[in-house]
Amino acid sequence: MATLEIHDLHVSVEAENGQREILKGVDLTVKQGETHAIMGPNGSGKSTLAYSLAGHPKYTITGGTVTLDGEDVLEMSVDERARAGVFLAMQYPVEVPGVSVSNFLRTSATAIRGEAPKLRLWVKEVKEAMERLHMDPSFAERNVNEGFSGGEKKRHEILQLELLKPAIAILDETDSGLDVDALRIVSEGVNRVRETGQVGTLLITHYTRILRYIKPDHVHVFANGRIAESGGPELADKLEAEGYEAYVKGGTTA
Amino acid sequence: MAEAQNIPAGSTTTGSIAVAAESTVATRMSAPPSYDVADFPVPHGREEEWRFTPLARLRGLHDGSAAAGGPDLKVDISAPEGVTHELVDRTDPRVGKAGKPVDRVAAQAYSSFEKASVVTVPKETVLTEPIRITVHGEGGTAYGHQVVELGAFAEAVVVIDHTGDAVLAANVDFLLGDGAKLTVVSVQDWDDTAVHCGQHNALVGRDATFKSVVVTFGGDLVRLHPRIDYAGPGGEAELYGLYFTEQGQHQEHRLFVNHDTPNCRSHVTYKGALQGQDAHAVWIGDVLIQAAATGTDTYELNRNLVLTDGARVDSVPNLEIETGEIVGAGHASATGRFDDEQLFYLMARGVPADEARRLVVRGFFAELVQQIGLPDVEERLMSKIESELEASAA
Repeated sequence: MATLEIHDLHVSVEAENGQREILKGVDLTVKQGETHAIMGPNGSGKSTLAYSLAGHPKYTITGGTVTLDGEDVLEMSVDERARAGVFLAMQYPVEVPGVSVSNFLRTSATAIRGEAPKLRLWVKEVKEAMERLHMDPSFAERNVNEGFSGGEKKRHEILQLELLKPAIAILDETDSGLDVDALRIVSEGVNRVRETGQVGTLLITHYTRILRYIKPDHVHVFANGRIAESGGPELADKLEAEGYEAYVKGGTTA
Repeated sequence: MAEAQNIPAGSTTTGSIAVAAESTVATRMSAPPSYDVADFPVPHGREEEWRFTPLARLRGLHDGSAAAGGPDLKVDISAPEGVTHELVDRTDPRVGKAGKPVDRVAAQAYSSFEKASVVTVPKETVLTEPIRITVHGEGGTAYGHQVVELGAFAEAVVVIDHTGDAVLAANVDFLLGDGAKLTVVSVQDWDDTAVHCGQHNALVGRDATFKSVVVTFGGDLVRLHPRIDYAGPGGEAELYGLYFTEQGQHQEHRLFVNHDTPNCRSHVTYKGALQGQDAHAVWIGDVLIQAAATGTDTYELNRNLVLTDGARVDSVPNLEIETGEIVGAGHASATGRFDDEQLFYLMARGVPADEARRLVVRGFFAELVQQIGLPDVEERLMSKIESELEASAA
């Protein structure tokens, strides 16, 4: 069973006046089949955690460890992490002009699975996954994320989640900018993947709204670069009622 | 509307839009256009039109010292039925009609060729097969002149292929009758030792459509001037360019669209990728909208993708507008490194860096190639790009 273990993770970024520490000692264990919600105010470092786990070069790891089934994730290149089973659904997916969605998906599936999927089965697989996410077939011929609406970008991310079947899925504010219908469709996609029991999910969000659709096993409050409190689903209810004030008071974000 | 972003060190992207100011287009020239090489001083390299070009690598084309000789340049023309092909003297009225030489090398070519080649598509003739002109060098020095003339309402595709090794200065004139439609694909797929300079003049007739696809992959030095003039209102010019500049190569495309006629349209898209030490691409995009050219609609775009350190791009769009009574005018130039965020996104989906880079370059060019609208040309270009990518990965 896949387990992602984050221990005392410290991460800095290059700022105008030198290095600025964003993550200040994060401890978290995510097991296959579990869903962890990470909630926190803007600027608390939630997205930094997501991007650091995926290996974005902007972030410098200054301390701590991240392992996937005992393997050192921090030693891996970005593509190695993905092939090892770490998937990041991005908050702001990047446009890749000239590269069609269908070409991109197939290239990616080939890399992750270690062999090119059989064409006929693959076409069917993509078509069905797109139908489940209420995506028009013409979508496959468009360039990756180019001219996509916010909702289309997020559906495209979840489409990849469904096709790539990672061991650990990090969903970075997948709910942001979605209307209720889109949120429901995207959440259903995430739930289909969760129901296989094969994925450990790290659901990063600012709002409790998405937790009505995706029920977490664990809820963590992220503030000032670390986990300030952990609990069960009831912690989300408390945040819904009281907001983040208790966690940011007296805390500095700089 | 000028735009410049992500400029890597060692590149320049400058642009200007001058409105009814002094003619910046005119000041780019150190002498007025002329058919006679003697009217141009030998360039020393600091002139506006020569400042990006390594003169020493022109092999004497610029100073009169390059005498024609050595193995003959092989020029083959195959044309479908109905097309005429003849060799004529420079006194033939069609020769040079599309435009005067604008620099010394073009004038040298005009003054030095022996016979001009004229290909004519009679009026109202619609060709279903392309006219193919193949130019192959075996190391000699040559001057040439080619005219392609389409009568009124004729339609044709011309593919000009350059291969092998040569020192060549040759101009090409395109004469489009009223309502004619001409697509020209000029491929510079030279050996890495070739030097090729040329001025491509198109004179676009009333309601005629000229589409040009300039593809430069090879050569030690390639310097081309695609130029557009309109002979009547309603003319349309679409200029596409694609270059892949590798280590040590100099590839220069200097465009000029002269809007002096009302209700004409021009659209320019040039894209280039560069890799390797001292790969140097130059793109000059001059558009002049004269006072008489009301209703003009023009846009020009240059995009460069720098794949490695040591490559250099100079991109200079320039738009000069003498009337406000136009539909639209704009330009954009951007030189970017292969985007780290694109790389990250693809790698985060398991795609290794090398393959991600190939996917993006392929994508960068595919976007332009898709606009050409000629399936066999598109296919050929994409497979050529694939082989360039494979060669560069090896």
